[in-house]
Amino acid sequence: MLRLPNFEVRTPERLDEAVALLAELGEGARVIAGGTDLVPNMKHELFTPRVLVSLARLPELRGIGDAGPGWLRIGAMTSLADVAADARVEQHAPALAQAAGLVAGPQLRTMGTLGGNVLLDTRCQWYNQTYFWREALGFCLKKDGTLCHVVEGGSKCVAAASNDTAPALMTVRAELVFAGPDGRRVTPIDDLWIADGIANKKCGRDEILVEVRLPHSGSGHRGAYGKLRDRGSIDFPLLGVAVKLELNTEDAVADADVVLTALQARPVRIKRASELLRGVRIGTEAFLAAARGVAEQAHKQAHPMPNIPGDADWRRAMVPVYVRRTLEAAATRAGPVHAV
Amino acid sequence: MAARDLHGIGAPWGDRSPGDPENRAFEVIGKPHRKVDGLAKATGRAQYTDDLVLPGMLHAKTLRSPHAHARIVAIDTTRAQALPGVHAVITGRDLPIQYGVIPWTQDENALAVDKVRFVGDAVAAVAAVDEDTANAALKLIRVEYEPLHAFLDPEESLARSEPRIHDDSKTGNVSKHVRLDFGDVETALASADVVLEGDYVFHGTTHAAIEPHCALAQWSAEGLLTVWSSTQITHYVQRALAKVLELPIHKIRVIQPALGGAFGGKSDPFSLEFCVAKLAMLTGRPVKMLYTREEVFYCHRGRHPMQLHYRTGASKDGKIAAVDAKILIDGGAYSSFGLVTTYYAGQLLTGPYHFPNYRFDSTRVFTNKPPCGPKRGHGSVQPRFAFEVQLDELAERIALDPIELRRRNFQGDFTRTVNGQRITSNGFLACLDEVERASGWRARRGKLGFGRGLGVAGSMSISGTNYPVYPNKMPQAGIQLAAERSGRVTVFTGGNDIGQGSNSVVAYVVAEELGMDVADVRVVAADTDLVPVDLGAYSSRVTFMVGNATIDAARKLRASIVLAIAKEWQVDAARVRMANGRVFDTESTERSITTAEAFQIAEAHCDTLGSTGSYNTPTLGGDYRGGTIGASPAYSFTAHVVEASVDVETGRITCHAVWIAHDCGRALNPMLVAGQMEGSAYMGIAEALLEEHGVNRFGLHAGPSLLDYRIPTSVDTPELAALIVESLDPEGPYGAKEAGEGPLHPSLPALSNAIFDAVGVRLRELPFTPAKVLRALAEKDARSAPVARGRA
Ligand SMILES: Cc1cc2nc3c(=O)[nH]c(=O)nc-3n(C[C@H](O)[C@H](O)[C@H](O)COP(=O)(O)OP(=O)(O)OC[C@H]3O[C@@H](n4cnc5c(N)ncnc54)[C@H](O)[C@@H]3O)c2cc1C
Ligand code: SF4
Repeated sequence: MLRLPNFEVRTPERLDEAVALLAELGEGARVIAGGTDLVPNMKHELFTPRVLVSLARLPELRGIGDAGPGWLRIGAMTSLADVAADARVEQHAPALAQAAGLVAGPQLRTMGTLGGNVLLDTRCQWYNQTYFWREALGFCLKKDGTLCHVVEGGSKCVAAASNDTAPALMTVRAELVFAGPDGRRVTPIDDLWIADGIANKKCGRDEILVEVRLPHSGSGHRGAYGKLRDRGSIDFPLLGVAVKLELNTEDAVADADVVLTALQARPVRIKRASELLRGVRIGTEAFLAAARGVAEQAHKQAHPMPNIPGDADWRRAMVPVYVRRTLEAAATRAGPVHAV
Repeated sequence: MAARDLHGIGAPWGDRSPGDPENRAFEVIGKPHRKVDGLAKATGRAQYTDDLVLPGMLHAKTLRSPHAHARIVAIDTTRAQALPGVHAVITGRDLPIQYGVIPWTQDENALAVDKVRFVGDAVAAVAAVDEDTANAALKLIRVEYEPLHAFLDPEESLARSEPRIHDDSKTGNVSKHVRLDFGDVETALASADVVLEGDYVFHGTTHAAIEPHCALAQWSAEGLLTVWSSTQITHYVQRALAKVLELPIHKIRVIQPALGGAFGGKSDPFSLEFCVAKLAMLTGRPVKMLYTREEVFYCHRGRHPMQLHYRTGASKDGKIAAVDAKILIDGGAYSSFGLVTTYYAGQLLTGPYHFPNYRFDSTRVFTNKPPCGPKRGHGSVQPRFAFEVQLDELAERIALDPIELRRRNFQGDFTRTVNGQRITSNGFLACLDEVERASGWRARRGKLGFGRGLGVAGSMSISGTNYPVYPNKMPQAGIQLAAERSGRVTVFTGGNDIGQGSNSVVAYVVAEELGMDVADVRVVAADTDLVPVDLGAYSSRVTFMVGNATIDAARKLRASIVLAIAKEWQVDAARVRMANGRVFDTESTERSITTAEAFQIAEAHCDTLGSTGSYNTPTLGGDYRGGTIGASPAYSFTAHVVEASVDVETGRITCHAVWIAHDCGRALNPMLVAGQMEGSAYMGIAEALLEEHGVNRFGLHAGPSLLDYRIPTSVDTPELAALIVESLDPEGPYGAKEAGEGPLHPSLPALSNAIFDAVGVRLRELPFTPAKVLRALAEKDARSAPVARGRA
């Protein structure tokens, strides 16, 4: 078995204590939630924190409930299994419930948290490897090296955002509540991302994600998640597609949103999705045609690179197929779209 | 010579012809008994090598090469040696003697001497107080390398002999070349009505057994070396240790604890066994080494990538006239079993169909990649894939049902193959009938609508071979029985139970022969100090050979017990029977004693009770160089039908079901046989759809983890229907043949053939990734006028 580097674990019982601890410990500390991303990464010596600050005992980070009128809150430490099974999440953000239910496999969804998923490190076949392997390669730009191997001689890290819940949260305009040394801050999840594979999130090392807030949705809300992967379980996405449709009382689209992940360093919103679908009634030929239009737009916009395993050309060819199928699934409440 | 006695196919005490009412029915054989180690494994109590802890034990780690091909200029271990907690550091200089499982091609060193040949090749080993200290020490070892050109493409190894991967090779970078001709292939092809010709590719896969390799060594004050190892070949490991460590073989004891899967991946001696032994000898302390998952991928010995070219000639009614094969085999960095692989690639194709003329030309080359070796269906899965797809193409060409085509070419039973192999029982036709019936073939094939289809394939496999790896005239399998006055029998077997259930089989056989409860039979296995030699768990030889040896020993023991009881009762020995835990007089029912009482009487009459038994193969094989390689005392036969569908938009294949009909001679335990059949088909489909073992452009393993090496999960596994066919072979124990490897072969071609039925494209290159399927569909569309079809 690969060994974990040595570290110490602290388990603060209050949020302010945890924040203070992070500030005090500085660079050598890292937050651990379920550990399902961090622990393998530590075994690969991608991170070698001296101290892990566990969030396991912070009550503010637990549970799903109301966050004032019109808002649902999901504590950052809520397990993905709980997110996937929750009736309120299913009602207000079906795409999120579906995405959470397709992360990894059952054991990992029990340990893995929503907060950890939002803050998941980017992934790359040249990076998520053991120290020995990376050293034999001569390392890469993201960690310990100077070159990018995705594009030969490349000088920019394009490791892929690979968290399934992120695009789903973006389609429902979720907000993130962070606690840091300067108090709380609330930020729309859209504003979290940077197009840089080395660190694709605007989030300080000393900040703790407390909760994720979702606006309540109305009866016209439809959502679905489509996930491409080799196996029916365990694997990270080779492509993730989150879809939202807001229908009016005539079942025509009033608003739509499509966000893709596992392409490049940040999730990608498909342009003109709402414009192409607006006014079209679901269940009609016109809807299928509009869905095809969005799929074409997605194909134009999406350029998967050989950053994660799998044939990048095939991943690109799957973009329009999965966008179209996920739109249809959202309309008919038939999500998720997932082979096997 | 007892070893060559045939025991017959019937139950003991009634060796009449099958079906004869005089035959006593089997009491144990043929019933779904639990495995002898089933409960221990299910409850987590089985002890695997890594569970063993000895007082004062050190932990060892291996330093590995970051280069695919390089000369070692210098190694400096002084800093590692100086690290507190480090007890010893060794390099290739400490273990300079070469070894290899095949005596003629010993080209491996426990640690690299002068040269490294793939990324991950072992260079040095450290023993320290704990794993972390050993790992820290590895980082302090300085190795200076002079990189050499790395061969990643087998074609290049064929074309270029410099630089040489093995400096002393007389054949450049060619590891082995075999060409064998039977009959007159060219003439037959020239006069055939139809000739099919095509190229096929097998990509390379590995075993992915759940237990990583582990070894623990102890060096005693008396100079005795004990090595516990997760091996499937205790006997060969013992021999290899003796050679490399220059110790007398009788001073070495090798023990195989419970094993967490092997599939051929633990049938070579491995670097860690020598390293822990040497480190234990140097430090005087027990030393353990457990490989990481990544290291298991570097050990590899998985299925060889092959490029296969086949030509098949046939008459227009589908009779095969000639088969011509040319095969390029990518061996990776070392020989391993490669000599055998190169033969098997050709020798094992000559059934279940009659080939009047046959030729194969196979070449194994070295490349700078993890070494390939034997994986379940060693050497024969790749050619079988190519040939069975080509047979399907033949069926298509002459518009004949693919099952019918296979029937027409059936070679028959009790015959000889074109390459001189003796075929005994052959239930292949029954296998075809079974899969045809169970899959609803006649009503459903070609009628499931565009996108879904059925495919068939057949195969033949060996139940061990008469090639003993190192030439000798001694039995291939030996057994010792000790019957104790408590009524317990202990079986001492060299057989390696690697999860296939061979320890259970010997217990069943003894219980059957002595009329005892299986629970009263204990099995001591795979400990070279305690058991007679068995050659190991490979080539599906254990149940067949050890089973026969056990019958041999049990019948001898039974004879002495029966004789003693007959004397005691003063009756004719023919009246004494053993059954249901009792010994009784068939003519006087009140005369009946327990097995324990019988053992006591027998012990009083004859002394301590015990017996030995053995098995050796008959003289087999063709009369030509290599003619014994692949010559098996009995062949198993298999047919599969696979049902699969294709999503024509994504190219993704879903394998819905595999009907597996396998002729295993006699199912000694149908539950274990079905388990082997299902596991085999699972593995075959996995190799066809998902698994791929390769290196990237830098020569680094493409993803040495169970996340990136995609073995199917339970949700990816098709329905598997095991249909057991029993042909009752005269040579096998109670008529049994193998069941652990044969049922893998047809899975891959049957899937390809099902895809053809589904969407009309031929997949000749493994694995069948969605991208390849889409390309094939696009090529087909480009060839034909666009067909109207409902896109999803
Ligand atoms: C085999 C395998 C397969 C996987 N497959 C998938 C998949 O298909 N899809 C997918 O999206 N993920 C997958 N994952 C990744 C992981 O399991 C999930 O993303 C999970 O949600 C991570 O949550 P966690 O609580 O375990 O995070 P952790 O590992 O504890 O943390 C992840 C990162 O987030 C930080 N962090 C966590 N919580 C907070 C917080 N509240 N505030 C501040 N920082 C925080 C940590 O410091 C760390 O950097 C897989 C992992 C494995 C091992
Ligand atoms: S994209 Fe991959 S290879 Fe390139 S720098 Fe990022 S992690 Fe490294």
